[in-house]
Formats: sequence, C-alpha cells, structure tokens
Amino acid sequence: MSDQFEPRLIGFLCRWCSYNGADLAGTSRMKYPPNLVPIKTNCSGRVDPTHIFKAFAEGADGVLIAGCHPGDCHYINGNYRTAGRFPLMKKMLEQLGLEPGRVRLEWVSAAEGDKFARVVTEFTEEIRALGPLGWRTQTDVDPAQAGSAASDRVEEAVPA
Amino acid sequence: MAEEKIGVYICHCGTNIAGKVDVEEVTRWAAEQPNVAVAREYKYMCSDPGQDLIKQDIQEHGITRAVVAACSPTMHEPTFRKAAGDGGLNPYLLQMANIREHCSWVTIDGDAATEKAKRILGAQIHRLPLNLPLEPIEVPVNPNVMVVGGGIAGIEAALKLAATGKKVYLVERDPSIGGHMAMFDKTFPTLDCAACILTPKMSAAGKEPNIEMLAYSEVTQVDGYVGNFKVKVTKKARYVDIDKCTGCALCTEACVVRKVPNEFDQGLSKRAAAYIPFPQAVPLKATLDPTRCLTLTGKKCKQPCVAACGPAAIDFDQKDEEIELEVGAIIMATGFQLWDPTPETRYSYGKLDNVISSLEFERISNASGPTGGHIVCKNGEPPKSVAILHCVGSRDENYQEFCSRVCCMYSLKFAHLIKEHLPETEVYECYIDMRTYGKGYEEFYKRLMDEGVHFIRGRAAEVSDVGLTPNEEGHLVVKVEDTLLGVTRRLPVDMVVLSSGLAPRADAKSTAQIFGFGCSANGFYLERHPKLEPVSTVTDGIFIAGCCQYPKDIPDTVAQAGAAAAGALALVDNATVKVEPTISYIDPEKCSGCHICVGLCPHAAIQYNEEKGVAEVIEAACKGCGVCVAACGSGVPQQRGYLDEQIFAEIEGALAL
Repeated sequence: MSDQFEPRLIGFLCRWCSYNGADLAGTSRMKYPPNLVPIKTNCSGRVDPTHIFKAFAEGADGVLIAGCHPGDCHYINGNYRTAGRFPLMKKMLEQLGLEPGRVRLEWVSAAEGDKFARVVTEFTEEIRALGPLGWRTQTDVDPAQAGSAASDRVEEAVPA
Repeated sequence: MAEEKIGVYICHCGTNIAGKVDVEEVTRWAAEQPNVAVAREYKYMCSDPGQDLIKQDIQEHGITRAVVAACSPTMHEPTFRKAAGDGGLNPYLLQMANIREHCSWVTIDGDAATEKAKRILGAQIHRLPLNLPLEPIEVPVNPNVMVVGGGIAGIEAALKLAATGKKVYLVERDPSIGGHMAMFDKTFPTLDCAACILTPKMSAAGKEPNIEMLAYSEVTQVDGYVGNFKVKVTKKARYVDIDKCTGCALCTEACVVRKVPNEFDQGLSKRAAAYIPFPQAVPLKATLDPTRCLTLTGKKCKQPCVAACGPAAIDFDQKDEEIELEVGAIIMATGFQLWDPTPETRYSYGKLDNVISSLEFERISNASGPTGGHIVCKNGEPPKSVAILHCVGSRDENYQEFCSRVCCMYSLKFAHLIKEHLPETEVYECYIDMRTYGKGYEEFYKRLMDEGVHFIRGRAAEVSDVGLTPNEEGHLVVKVEDTLLGVTRRLPVDMVVLSSGLAPRADAKSTAQIFGFGCSANGFYLERHPKLEPVSTVTDGIFIAGCCQYPKDIPDTVAQAGAAAAGALALVDNATVKVEPTISYIDPEKCSGCHICVGLCPHAAIQYNEEKGVAEVIEAACKGCGVCVAACGSGVPQQRGYLDEQIFAEIEGALAL
C-alpha cells in the first residue's frame, strides 16, 4: 500500500436497511475502500451521541450513521429521531473544533448496495482529504507531535 | 469482570473469504487477543463438522463466549447461536463478525482485507466479555392469516391455508377477486382458457367457509408483530347491501349513466355507474360507482336502479366501514400493473388508432371482451397484418432495466391467437431476444415458427402513420432494424400490439411502508433473501407471493403462493413464537421520571407510573429500536444485547488496531 493517509472510520448501520444494504454490496461484489468498520444497531435511532464521541475519542477520523429512508423505518419513526438529533450533534462536534464533514448521515435501504459502496467510497476520500483527527493520540501526547490543523482547533476549543 | 474464555472460529467459506483474507494470519492474531482461549479456522464453519468445533470447545475446553467470523449474521447467526445452545452455552453469548459481505467480497487488496477482518473481529472479541445471557421471549400466536390481494397468487394462498383449517381474511381492493388473470383469454403455452382454470378457484374461494372475503376493501394500518398483527381494513361503501344483493345485474341494466369506461376491458367498452365488473365476479355483487352515480354525486336521478332491485339492496346512505382484524401472519399478493406505454412516444400509443397495449389485446381476443372475441381494428374490420413489438418498457435503461419474463411468451400467444382467428393475417414479432425459458415454452416458439409468423430480430424504432409508398398509405408503419439481415425494414400493418413490461404497482412503496418492509431498487417488494427466502420479508410473519415480488408467469406465481402459504402455516400452526429479547428495560432506581422517553417511543411501549414516579417498559409492546436509550439524558433505559457499554466495547475493539 502507498503511504497515503488511511482514515479510520466507524459506521453505525441499522440492521433492517443499511446493514442489509451493506450485505447486498458484498453479495453483488461491489468494491469500496476497507476503511470503515460497521457496527450494527437495531435502529439508527439507537445511536447515541456518546457513541459518536466515543468513536472519535478512540481514534476514529470519521463516523457514518446509516438508517432506513424516511418513511421506511422498521420502528415507524426511529430514523426521524436520528435525523432530528444529527444536526445538534454535528453542531456540538463543530463547537469542539471538528470539521462538520467528519460525521455523515445517510439513508441506505436494503436494496441500495450500490449506494452503500458509493457512500463509503466518498466518505473515505473526504476524510482522507481532511486528514487525521487523532483525538486518541492527542490525549497521551507529547505536544511536539500534536501539530495537525484539526488538533490545534481542538485545543483552542477546550477552555483553559 | 470475571475471566472469560472466548473461542474464535474463522470460516474460509471455501475461497469466498480465504481467497482474499489471510485466514491463517487472522487466526494467529486472534489467538493473541485478550480473553481468547482458542482460535480456529475451518473451511466451512456452517457445516456440521464446523458447528461441532464450537460445541466441542464449549464442552471440552470450557469456552464461555464465542465469535464466528464468517458471513453476514442475517445468513447464519441463527445457525451458530443454535450450535452454541446445543453445546450448552447461552446462544446470546455468541456473536458474529461479518468478514464476508462486509470485507472479503468488497475489498480489492488482500492485505487491506486481512486488516479489516481483524478490526471487524476485534470489535466482537472486545464486546463479548460484556455480553449477558438472554432468553428469547415467547409470545402467543394468533392462528388466523390475512392475504392481501385477490389475484391468482392471493386466491391460491388463501385456498391452501383454508384447506388446513386456518381462518383466512382475503382482502381485495377491487369489487371482485380475480386480478389480471381474470382478464386474460388464453394462457401460454398450453392455451388453457384463463377463465376455465381461474373461475373454479375464484368460486371455491367464495364458497370456502374458512375464507372471509373482504372485497372492495383496503388495508390502512398494520400494527403489532409476528404472530400478533392488528390490521385496520376499510371496507369501501358499495352502496349495495351485499347480504341482499343477488347479483342479478338488473340495476346495471336500469342505470341511466351508461358511458363509464370499463376498467376490466381496459376502457375499450363502457359500463354503467351501477356495475358488476365481469360476469364471473366473486363476490357476484353490484357496486355503485361513487364518482359517476348521479345520486351519489349530488345530481338528480329517478333512481331506476332502486326500482329495478327486487330485494331492495341499494343503500345510498352506506358509509365506508373500518374494521380491525387480528392475525398471526400476512401474505402480500398485491400483483403488478402493466407498464403504461404512453411515455414511449415513438410508438405513438394513445396518439394513433390501432396501436394497443397487450392488456387491450387480451380483452379484444377474449370472448367475453368488448368485441366478443373478434380481433378487429377500431373500424370493426379484422386486421390484415399485425406487428407485435416486444420489450416495451422492459430491458430499457430509460424505463425499466429488467426483463419482465412473460412478454415473449404472451406475444407468441397473441401471434397464435391471431393466426387461429384470422389465418390469412400476417403477423410480425419484433423482438430483441426470444426468452422462452419455461416448461413447454421453447416448443411453443417452434410451433409458432411453423404457423407462419414472421420473426424479426430487432427492437422497433418507431410507429407512425406516414406512408412513403402507396403500399404504406393508410397503414401504420413500423420501422425496425432486422439485425440478422442487417437491413432496416418498414412494415405496413393494420394493428400494432405493444408488449409492455410488468411494472410494480404505483403504490407498491407506500403499501410496503404500511406493512413495514421495503422495496427493491426496481420497485418490487424486497424478499428477505433472493434465493433461499424468496417469499419472506424482513418483517417476520409477513410473506410475499406473485408479481408483487417480481414479474413471473402463472405457474411460478402459483408455486410461490403455495410457498408463502406454507411459510405462514409454519408460523401460525404453532401456539407460540419466540421473538428477539433485545428490548429495553428501565431501572426504576435511576429513572428521574422526566418523561422524555415516553413520548418518543414509536410503539407506545413506555408508560409513566404515576405512583412510583418512573417510566416503565411494557415488554410485550417493546420492539427493541433503542430510541429511548439514546434519548435519555441519564442513560437509564438500556437495551438488552445493545447496552451502551457493549457498543462502546465494539467501538474500542474496532479502533484498537
């Protein structure tokens, strides 16, 4: 592999639509970058903002949440809760100095293997362009190494 | 946390996984991970010897947790959880790591796939010590079944289920059951008369005491879950008391509104506002069309229908009635609609006379149709030449990419019927490929070649009425490239039949939403697994059959209806069914009673207990979405199997590498 930056991504996938959409991408042998590790939840509405923070704290460079299309939720309206929470959470992450592009919400149905592959491909490239976030490496650091643009902003955002 | 002994089982899946992922390396790596007592690889972990590895390790090595890195849990989680259970381990102490669909099949680079497999597996290894034993929840099953759609698929499924003694509600939107098949004249390739083979089944369904027919009715709401669905059905007002109506049709003769396009004849004939859709209708009851009846539209009418009706069945005050039914299983058999050829403007459908759709031809060739079974042009003359254009709205990236599977065969049937009625008439079939894949189908094609039908390999480019030669004057002209001869031909014909593809019903998506499952990219209902579970949906207890799933012919539809009936029976024949225990619970010690979760629960499964001042989960109503867990500011509600700490551990494991 080349020495280009390989982002580490976490994807929360609802088990009814998006997890199956990811399965379909596999069954159809579509190819996409290996950077995203999926985590299954019953509903995208189960994804708690703390899960996102945890992922960034553990060293993720980007987090995807994928659920059923509006109207298709297996639990009637769980995905509307996700849609409602997402902008607030995104705003909060921005206040912490994160680029808004590091979190992404997508609706991927069980029939949209191609969309899942496309979303992961795009997301990987977008995060690659943003560069490492490195929250985990930040905390037990040696300040000399903490030089990236993102991490500078994190420090600015944390009250002294 | 007590010391756990995790067994890791990594499947090669032949070369499906091992062809990309370095399974030996992943196994070696797994063996070094915390709490892992044993890590094994095997060619096919789902085989009996593979499953035995897990059972043996539980029994002989005291494994307390297990993870199988293999295919999607959707595929084999039940298999492996059962194996763990057989070995004496609580099934919920086994997790799956999906390194096939999510890894080996989608990754180009082998090293990258191996790394990703470790991350996916690592997440589960990290989570496992936090897994708790769970017991499936057992709920009672309502033995009744609902079949939605009264075409051949729905009728067949309902009859099969009724024969086992189960009560079946057969819901049909139209005034009569029968569906598309009732409109057909003959059926390929045997040329059985459609009515001769369908109407006995329709009549049997009408007489069957175990079938409660709800014709002219629609499902508006579905609640509940496997074994326990609550379905709201609106019985549309017919303005006729069906207990009194004898189906004598005197009202339809008396009705003064006579120019309503007859849907059953594709608008080629007219019916009255009081009507019975076709003579063999089941139930054989009259309906007053609320959009056309003078009285019902507030106009003046002497109401001759009332005078004509002996049993005084007509009731202008009838209202739509909503009923609620409880069933254990649902079979969706809502069928298809013919692809409307209007957008394909080059074929001039709707612009030029005698350019007709396939369903219109079905009605014209049908003895009970608008022309009494005489194949004639609009002017009443039999056509001297007919072109049948295949793949209209099928196999076309502009409209529907898929092959509708039945059009080649029904086109051949049309050619045969024309030759049978009008032996002197020239028939041209313009096709891309001839797809005659079924039993007796290829033989039928051969037979048609011998009957003198002209086969032109090429998709028609245009249908116009512009004659360039005296030969063409006054005719429809089909322009088509004969790709076998390499020439462009112009066919002057009297009639053009457009062999339109089958399309999903316009409301397929919203219907699927009512029932809580999805549609495929092409708009047909999505099956749980395209090969192994073609009649199941992702919603347990809801099955699909017939063309609502994908275009198919009558034999396949009947077979699928039987399969769906068997699937439903296998469920409702049991007194109880086990459902996933991954539901929420609330610790009353921690709940502050803020009410946030109460309003958010989509299934009204959280109640506020005034006395204790806390929220409580009604276990039977909770379906396990976890919305309450994510919403609570104090993290009090938790979801079994998806505890916050379990998800956190997965995140840690996934990012540890």
